[in-house]
Amino acid sequence: MKIREKFNELKNKNEGALIAYICAGDPSPQATERYVEALVRGGADIIELGLPFSDPVADGPTIQAGIERALNGGMTPDVYFRIVGALNTDVPLVVMTYYNLIFRRGVEKFVKDCVASGISGIIVPDLPAEESGELSVLCKENDVDLIFLIAPTTTESRMKRILAQGSGFIYLMARLGVTGARSDISGSTRDLIRRVRTKTPKAVGFGISNRRQAAEMISAGAEGVIVGSAFVDIIASGKEVEQRLEALAGELKEGMRSK
Amino acid sequence: MKQESRSTKFGKYGGQFVPEVLMPALEELTEQYEKHKDDPAFNEELNYYLRDFAGRPSALYHAKRLSKEYGIKIYLKREDLIHGGAHKLNNTLGQALLTKYMGKERIIAETGAGQHGTACAMAGAAFGIRTEVYMGAKDTVRQRMNVYRMELMGAKVIPVKSGSQTLKDAINEAMRDWVTNVETTHYMLGSVVGPHPYPAMVRDFQSVIGKETRTQMMEREGRLPDSIVACTGGGSNAMGIFYPFLEEDVDLFSVEAGGNGLKTTEKEALHSASLCAGQEGVLHGARTKVLQNKYGQILESSSIAAGLDYAGVGPELAYLADIGRIMPCYSLDSEALEAFHDLCRFEGIIPALESSHAIAYVKKAAASGELGDVTVINISGRGDKDLETVLGVKQ
Repeated sequence: MKIREKFNELKNKNEGALIAYICAGDPSPQATERYVEALVRGGADIIELGLPFSDPVADGPTIQAGIERALNGGMTPDVYFRIVGALNTDVPLVVMTYYNLIFRRGVEKFVKDCVASGISGIIVPDLPAEESGELSVLCKENDVDLIFLIAPTTTESRMKRILAQGSGFIYLMARLGVTGARSDISGSTRDLIRRVRTKTPKAVGFGISNRRQAAEMISAGAEGVIVGSAFVDIIASGKEVEQRLEALAGELKEGMRSK
Repeated sequence: MKQESRSTKFGKYGGQFVPEVLMPALEELTEQYEKHKDDPAFNEELNYYLRDFAGRPSALYHAKRLSKEYGIKIYLKREDLIHGGAHKLNNTLGQALLTKYMGKERIIAETGAGQHGTACAMAGAAFGIRTEVYMGAKDTVRQRMNVYRMELMGAKVIPVKSGSQTLKDAINEAMRDWVTNVETTHYMLGSVVGPHPYPAMVRDFQSVIGKETRTQMMEREGRLPDSIVACTGGGSNAMGIFYPFLEEDVDLFSVEAGGNGLKTTEKEALHSASLCAGQEGVLHGARTKVLQNKYGQILESSSIAAGLDYAGVGPELAYLADIGRIMPCYSLDSEALEAFHDLCRFEGIIPALESSHAIAYVKKAAASGELGDVTVINISGRGDKDLETVLGVKQ
């Protein structure tokens, strides 16, 4: 399913989208299918699957640790596309990875591998709009969404450029910094949601970990919420992982139903 | 000229591959740097610090006994005599002054062996700016004395426990700090690496080395040298001495760390020779030559000289190597050690193990004639910091 179809479907139901991140292959390539299924059972609308890179500068300690477990568990881009291609799910899949892995594979081959394995969107946290030319063109040609981030520091002129290039959804950073759960989501996040004017759905991430925060973002006007570290924490614990992933997804989604 | 200063790239290398949150900071830094680099007041203040605080100009020394031993006329550019014992201070004074002009209240930096961190601590103290330095946990143990030096000068050293716990991880962590505190903090990168404008800005601050060398050579020899040889990790001392000679008929040799030979495994390189053996990639904000595996995962590099131990290299050096303007080459750990002892014994100068790679290359290459009759070696730092390493090898 395409990302825009999912957002349309949710709009009709008056629901916000729960976008759940986990790192593929954490802690082993075999685990990923079960974890994705658990998240979808819980109510995740879009699954963002990290393709692990050795030097993830935009990620905080929780996701760094997940990436390290995945790399130690044998995850490579080849294995990634194989297990993602074998997933039996109807929710849109998004790959999140760093640019060197895309560059090294060859940008065109990377995009074609995405299409072949059923991935409908790409997020590259170290690829600003200025450097995205080649990937952007190939994504358009292959009907894959290239999803950009907007930060609280993003200026108006940059925002225009990003909104013109991005598709699928716009990833709003709730605060400065790296990924990771935080209890405080500032009022400036609300301002940012208001400041970004676009028809593309807006999803807020970075620091969101519970139902109350998720509900706040939706009522502030976001169409979706991205949660990563809270799920990766559950995987790190190794205890009743599937039940707890499903339960947390359910709890978060609950906060996003009465939009 | 205007066109060139606006470009973020050197040929296809360089650029700004960083999280969106940093883009405004890079724009601001570029703008401020462009504004101040030709500003007489800024330069007067910088020159004052370079002269009276750092001790510039550094000597250009005719190493007579080493010349005789190696069979080529050798001049040494004595960056080992700069305050703190290395060329690193040229850059940190420039960036600290820029931090002051930008009105930011905090400096962060990464350091490998602690040379750049120490230079940051010195500049931070001299300008009264709070300074925090990220350093791989392994390096904080290996380089205990440098940690203490930084702390004495008021800097806070933060050990990095992620990844390989070395320089690459210290850079990752400094970037994470920067994305969190970008509004109040300047990131003082220590080499000609990272996103634009760092490679160009650090090169400009370091090019004082080459400018002095030029003047000093004309005074001594009435002509330019045939060749210049500099060690290359990230490449700041190399770009610094090369840059003012790019348009001249002077051959430029970039000597990388060959470690135990140019071999790699799935996760590690036994060397740090990104120009000689790396492939194109994107690391720490720039497209450049990178030590990586077939999937693009960055390899752990290795070298006896901690300051050369890095999986990437400055994008401008990658470009200059591609167009044939510089000659990338390497020296092994064992060759660097031998050259280290040569300079100690023949000249009474203890060079850094980093700089010893450049000396070692001259020893190897002098006989072939490729270095010409007169060469300049950039002695980028002094070797007091390396004595434990050298002793360790001997035992």
